[in-house]
Amino acid sequence: MAEIDLRIALVGNPNCGKTALFNLLTGGRQKVANYAGVTVERKEGRFTTPAGRLVRVLDLPGAYSFDAASPDEQITRKVLAGEHPGEKLPDLIVFVADATNLRLHLRLLLEVRRLGRPMVVALNMMDAARARGIDIDVARLQARLGVPVLETIAIQRGGAQALVNSLEGKLPAAPAVATAAATASPEAADLHAEVRAIIGATVRIPDNVAAADDRIDRWALHPVIGPAILATVMFLVFQAVYALGLPLTDLIVGAVEYLGGVVGDSMADGPLKGLIVDGIFAGLGTVLGFLPQILVLFLFILILELSGYLPRAAFLLDRVMVAVGLTGRAFIPLLSSFACAIPSIIGTRSIPDRRDRLVTILVAPLMTCSARLPVYAVLIGAFIPTQQVLGIFNLQGIVLFALYVAGIAGAAAVAYTIKRMQRDRREHPLLMELPSYRIPKLRDLAYGLWQRGWIFLRRLTGVILALTVLMWFISAFPGPPPGATGADIEYSIAGHIGRFLAPIFAPLGFNWQISLSLIPAFAARETAVAALATVYSVADEGDALGTALATNFSLATALALMVWFVFAPQCMSTLAVMRRETGSWRVVAASFVYMFVLAYVAAFVTYRVALLWM
Amino acid sequence: MLLTDLPKGASAIVDRVEQTPKTDMVANRLRDLGFVEGEPVRVVARGRTGAGPILVVIGSTRFALRRAESDRIVVRDAVNHG
Repeated sequence: MAEIDLRIALVGNPNCGKTALFNLLTGGRQKVANYAGVTVERKEGRFTTPAGRLVRVLDLPGAYSFDAASPDEQITRKVLAGEHPGEKLPDLIVFVADATNLRLHLRLLLEVRRLGRPMVVALNMMDAARARGIDIDVARLQARLGVPVLETIAIQRGGAQALVNSLEGKLPAAPAVATAAATASPEAADLHAEVRAIIGATVRIPDNVAAADDRIDRWALHPVIGPAILATVMFLVFQAVYALGLPLTDLIVGAVEYLGGVVGDSMADGPLKGLIVDGIFAGLGTVLGFLPQILVLFLFILILELSGYLPRAAFLLDRVMVAVGLTGRAFIPLLSSFACAIPSIIGTRSIPDRRDRLVTILVAPLMTCSARLPVYAVLIGAFIPTQQVLGIFNLQGIVLFALYVAGIAGAAAVAYTIKRMQRDRREHPLLMELPSYRIPKLRDLAYGLWQRGWIFLRRLTGVILALTVLMWFISAFPGPPPGATGADIEYSIAGHIGRFLAPIFAPLGFNWQISLSLIPAFAARETAVAALATVYSVADEGDALGTALATNFSLATALALMVWFVFAPQCMSTLAVMRRETGSWRVVAASFVYMFVLAYVAAFVTYRVALLWM
Repeated sequence: MLLTDLPKGASAIVDRVEQTPKTDMVANRLRDLGFVEGEPVRVVARGRTGAGPILVVIGSTRFALRRAESDRIVVRDAVNHG
């Protein structure tokens, strides 16, 4: 690998266009990881200047100030001051400031300048500033700040040309740190006075720079129309997830099955073939099968995020979410939870408050993820008649909807209970910046989607593959004794575990076959269907399984099983991600236990009530 | 008056940020975000019953503040644009 000639760090406020600039500079050559010990994202990329200088770019987390309120800000401050272990002091600080929001961003700029490190200012979004009639005297600004100021337009090809050119020559000297500023304590008021003086001397801002935002917000945040718009947007997103995602999923699952079949045909029967076809290919199909829906959902979330709408949704929902013990910001991760709890738990990083983040992580698995759908589909198809209700509704649809609602209601109840039990009466503020509306750029959408999809795949492939292989092993070994009449799985380790678990689940109306299927469901929920099919020795598709189930257990049992799956402890991969994101086994244990108890009680009540009725 | 009580569409000048007796992280953060003496602010949106967060424009930045947060900000010279 070539030697790094120059290390630069991008610093700036949240929403300053730093990520777009980073994408523009580094293209696809990015590495996303975490800073050691914390869940703050560390983004690094590299590029070569026209003259051949290899530049390493570190994209530091956004910050409002160095008073270090959030973990992100602490990391940024430490890296810039050279205090972060394992992170080399950058040769040059590139401070990214949004030209349309200079008043806010100058404050952090002045704090960064006080560090006395070589720096340049990338005055970003100059095009938007001009369009809004903001007039910035760049030469004068540069003179006042004492550091080079370069114009950039991060969303335009070649928009960082001036910045790249400036990296070719000698680096600018470190700014002189005024002795007064260095000795006096950095009082907030001082900084603001300085900001005001600089703005007054260099920038002319028309009266209302954000008239367009005002017009949109008038509708988007309207007390009545706003929520209606939000509901419509959500409805369309879910429609798209199912309309675009499901056919792709079928296609992928079919292709992987076909490949598995081809590979299987070329192999001799035996344990190795079982492992490869039933273990590895089945596992791969499971992982890849989720990808389309998750990518479609991510795509929409990215569009909403980059356009500036998501914080508006958080604004609209904050009151309701606070009432149940969450925060408006939790809306975004909880939305992804309908696809899968794993990206959702990773997504809780956008919640700066620790308590709010933890509660969101705990309730996220209660949102009905797409893995539960196959289980619901089989049970509903087998037990709920296709009957019209009130002329327009289908009973099956109503039951499915009720299961979703039960999950959401459960999440609200759990969050509320945690809020009540909390001894922590400290304030958990919102203080959320609502950025200007923007049309998302294709490049940023593509990189965002790539990064999230990749993280998901990397996290999951290993875990699910390992678990699927393990499941295959305990279902296949030991093989049935000679002259056995039942399905092979009955004699396996899994069969024994199922029988062992049966008494525990008997009060819920579950027989040993169901108890057995709950074991693979813990690896990945939808495998419960395949497991039931295996036990009842039928193909796991079409009506065969439905008929087998309908003859083998009662409606009360089926209802209890559906309710069990609404609340049941999340899959192992979710627990693994929880552990990673919270760094605590206690959180993992707490979430497993509460969900188990909740699911057990809910399924028990459902079963008993259903029995009384019938 | 308090920023919280400013009607939708009205603007005013920040007078001060009130501090709770102990170290007030929220008040500090508000000042970091630019809520300091002399800055003009404007309320763009508020919830139906006034219980939800309010949307405040300061400079050219928009912030969503909950009541507990906006209650800390004392404003003067309120002008109602109707």
